[in-house]
Amino acid sequence: MQDIIKSVEEEYYKKDIPAFGPGDTVKVHVKVVEGTRERIQIFEGIVIKVRGEGLSRTFTVRRTSYGVAVERTFPLHSPQIAKIEVTRRGKVRRSRLYYLRNLTGKKARVKEKGRS
Amino acid sequence: MAGRVKKGIMGIKIGMTQIFSEEGKAVPVTIVEAGPCTVLQKKKVETDGYNAIQVGFYPAKEKQVNRPLKGHLKKAHSKPLRYIKEFRVDNVDDYELGQEIDVDIFESGDVVDVVGTSKGKGFAGAVKRHNFARGAMGHGSKYHRRPGALAAKGPARVFKGRKLPGRMGGKRVTVQGLEVVKVYPGKNLILIKGSIPGPRRGLVMIKNSVKV
Repeated sequence: MQDIIKSVEEEYYKKDIPAFGPGDTVKVHVKVVEGTRERIQIFEGIVIKVRGEGLSRTFTVRRTSYGVAVERTFPLHSPQIAKIEVTRRGKVRRSRLYYLRNLTGKKARVKEKGRS
Repeated sequence: MAGRVKKGIMGIKIGMTQIFSEEGKAVPVTIVEAGPCTVLQKKKVETDGYNAIQVGFYPAKEKQVNRPLKGHLKKAHSKPLRYIKEFRVDNVDDYELGQEIDVDIFESGDVVDVVGTSKGKGFAGAVKRHNFARGAMGHGSKYHRRPGALAAKGPARVFKGRKLPGRMGGKRVTVQGLEVVKVYPGKNLILIKGSIPGPRRGLVMIKNSVKV
């Protein structure tokens, strides 16, 4: 039974997803449809949450622009995501970075991995 | 019946997952392994009072089928089958004995009704069984999940049909107006949007919707 479910899910999996986790900074290339045209919009920010398994896995990216914080949750395997780029590996000690919501400015940063 | 050709197929519920639509939206789907069903008997108005086809589904072991049923199956040159059900049809002559009905009678976009046996919930209280409101759990309240007043003082009796605790689930349930998302004729699989009654491995009947 699980095999049958897997066989159906298989064609929807993306294979070129880079490994990333909470704390990493990613660029998400989102397909946006404007009327009939389709273009790519980039949403860059810190991954604060990754949840779910399999096809229903989602991740949440938080970014602050002009003082307004925006969090967007994407299904990892969504066809609306053209590409995910990891620009920075963050060093964090928990899997859900909700504490960033209460911090602003210089405090709302995540240390880079591998730096002393 | 104008426009709608009655058709149906039996299947086994496999489980749920989600897939992505062409617009990139996540769609919750139930996977059903449906067919092939074998036509075993044709029922007509003249002989039986109604038009229907009797179909069998799901291969069984030889020893699981008793002799009377074997004789019945033999008429359609069918292998042993586990489940036998009837589907009402408009014209019985469209079908032949022994003919196989496959999932390709449906295609994506069709609207279907799904009949199954709901999961048994055992002896359930009125809150779960009839969506009664419960009392406060705290603040000194001692009235938590009871069914409340049963009737008025006037008739001095409880009317029949009063909603009370009791056995819940394990009944035949029809869910109408579900969309067929995708059909895999080679794999005998059909994906139906949303949830359908019953446990995994449960028998379901998929018919085209009465509402269309």
